[in-house]
Amino acid sequence: MKTESRLIRGARLLDPCTGLDAVTDLAIDRGRILAVGELPAGFTPTEVIDGQGCCLCPGFIETSFQGHTPGSGRDGSLASELRAAAAGGFTSVLLRPDTSPVADTPGVIREQQAEAAAAGLIRVLPCGALTPGLRGRELSEMAALLEAGAVAFGQAQRSIEDTQLLRLALSYAADFDRTVLLHPEDARLAADGVMDEGPLSLRLGLGGRPRLAEDIGLYRDLQVARLARARVHFPTLSSAAAAEQIDAAQAAGQAVTAGVSIHHLLLTSQDIGTFNTHVKILPPLRDARQQEALRQALARGTLSVLSAQHEPWGPDHRGSTMTAAPFGIAAIEYLLPLALNLVRAGLLSMLQLVQRLTTGPAAALGLPLPSLAPGSVADLCLFDPEQPWEASANGWSVGDNHPYRHWELRGAVRLTLRDGRIVHRREP
Amino acid sequence: MTGLRFGDGNPQYDRQGRLRHLLSIEGLREIDLLQILDTAESFLGIAQRAIKKTPTLRGRTLVNLFFENSTRTRSTFELAAKRLSADVLNIAASQSSATKGESLLDTVDNLMAMQVDGFIVRHPEAGAAHLLARHLGDRALVVNAGDGQHAHPTQALLDVFTIRRLAGPVEQQVVCILGDLLHSRVARALIHALSILGCPEIRVLGPRTLVPPEFASLGVQVHHDPRDALPGASVVYALRLQRERMESHRLPSLDEFHRRFGLTPERLALAAPGALVLHPGPINRGVEIGSAVVDGPQSVILAQVEHGLAVRMAVLSLLAGVGGHED
Repeated sequence: MKTESRLIRGARLLDPCTGLDAVTDLAIDRGRILAVGELPAGFTPTEVIDGQGCCLCPGFIETSFQGHTPGSGRDGSLASELRAAAAGGFTSVLLRPDTSPVADTPGVIREQQAEAAAAGLIRVLPCGALTPGLRGRELSEMAALLEAGAVAFGQAQRSIEDTQLLRLALSYAADFDRTVLLHPEDARLAADGVMDEGPLSLRLGLGGRPRLAEDIGLYRDLQVARLARARVHFPTLSSAAAAEQIDAAQAAGQAVTAGVSIHHLLLTSQDIGTFNTHVKILPPLRDARQQEALRQALARGTLSVLSAQHEPWGPDHRGSTMTAAPFGIAAIEYLLPLALNLVRAGLLSMLQLVQRLTTGPAAALGLPLPSLAPGSVADLCLFDPEQPWEASANGWSVGDNHPYRHWELRGAVRLTLRDGRIVHRREP
Repeated sequence: MTGLRFGDGNPQYDRQGRLRHLLSIEGLREIDLLQILDTAESFLGIAQRAIKKTPTLRGRTLVNLFFENSTRTRSTFELAAKRLSADVLNIAASQSSATKGESLLDTVDNLMAMQVDGFIVRHPEAGAAHLLARHLGDRALVVNAGDGQHAHPTQALLDVFTIRRLAGPVEQQVVCILGDLLHSRVARALIHALSILGCPEIRVLGPRTLVPPEFASLGVQVHHDPRDALPGASVVYALRLQRERMESHRLPSLDEFHRRFGLTPERLALAAPGALVLHPGPINRGVEIGSAVVDGPQSVILAQVEHGLAVRMAVLSLLAGVGGHED
């Protein structure tokens, strides 16, 4: 195999691990970062990339990614969705276990890794189901799942109704020192609501999912996790009270992290308008007050992960009613320009944004923190923060279920590198 | 920040601001609502003639597309279309391809291939009529005959038509709606229609499990005791209570509901003298309303049905008369 070495010249380097924020050069050799600033004598790169006007940072890490592998293929698969993630600047994605069949056996975990290897793009981090079928009735064979390559355990978007089983599952998982990802929701109270419960759900005659269902579910999950001494992560919270609970738990020293999706920061329940199924998501979009509280919680770091919450649905789901349409938005390839709105609004610095997309999720999942320091793995994202563009009708993802068509996007990923190898390139 | 286009605008109106589809009362202009009601007045006379047909929709084909059971609504729409000389195709979901898994839009596309001019659609899911209207655009008209718990605009139109005709100007009425508001598309539609026409006082009455306080956001007074809600009401509107509500634990029993809220002669006496009693049907005698009231002198329930025919003729003739549906 030819050894690739690259020199990226004149980009603004953003390293949330070291706090570096400076315009300089970065050299890559044999899949790792060779040098920053001063280059070793005799270094002759196979490619020199002009990074002027661009930012260079570690590749993004996603904590909520529906890859539909295994799955029917109708809604995309790792082949299509990892391509979309690479286009979004992501170099690692944690696979949600609610695949079909569920990722509750070593065979599924191995299949996911084999499919990802065949795609040859970015890293996948399989997440084993905490309970078989995500049903919340028994414990999964966690040791076997870890041996097969799972890096964490989770329940995707299903809460465990039986509190005793939750306690046992978290206690058992704690033996392995892995993060457990939970969906905090009182399932009975949430019932079969399709949007936030409030004046709009009442007017549209749609079943509502009260915010309280999340607040109660989170309270229970936090208390049980503390009892079980388990490290837990809540990938996408949606309410002000939930963020406050995380604040308090962290202040008390509990091993808990949480994130929020970009959608909950840019949209509100009002965007449902007259039955827009493209903003149907779980947890549901809430009102402007919750949105503002989530934005502030992300800014102060209580919410340490910004998620694309990628859930693609193919064309067979077009033309569904609000009740029949599946939950989820597929917009991972537009995450960066969407997220730059938070920087432009003065909510986050550029370095903080990168932190919420790289070291934040890595810490939540217990992974080594990505960095630009020499010797680090060259999983990188080079982006132009100003380039204007529009979401095309046909993106990389099989899913066209997103509400951002016709949005003015500013900021584009120019290069995504995994192990120093280019897995996505966009010409300026 | 929100650049959403999908749900923007009012899909009931075309670019020239003409009423293209009738999807919900919410978002309807008062002038259009009044035009439908005034047109309905003129159609009321036709029913009294020996020859009950007009040539208004001759050559047009309308489809009654019902994914949910209905007797009154389906048959009055059918009769309304026939009296306007339209050809009518009745499709009931139980005998259609819907049970074979065909989607709503595929069903409609197949019918469009047969060159039909419009759809009267009833569907168990909220937003189905909007979905259809967005899909069809200018190609055919859509009349919502009930979508889930969302809307039922022609029912509201016939209700306000009845109130206007038999009780007097809507601006002078105090209306009390009682029963299962939460699951009722009839109630939602009626509240919007009354509000648009300037009804000064709309009260809703029922247990909190069926009439949550959030109803106040629709501009109505929320009551849980008939002794507060009925005094002074000039119109009392009873909604059908569905038996499924017992299974979802929203009520202990039908008897208990009747005990607390059932419209009996004694309760009706709390309302203004001569107050009108309306009900959208089908009636559960002895549950939301007692037989003595249904069959009593203040009941205008059968007049509602008669008015339903005139109102639906008005809606179909006005929508089909809009350019683009013309030959």
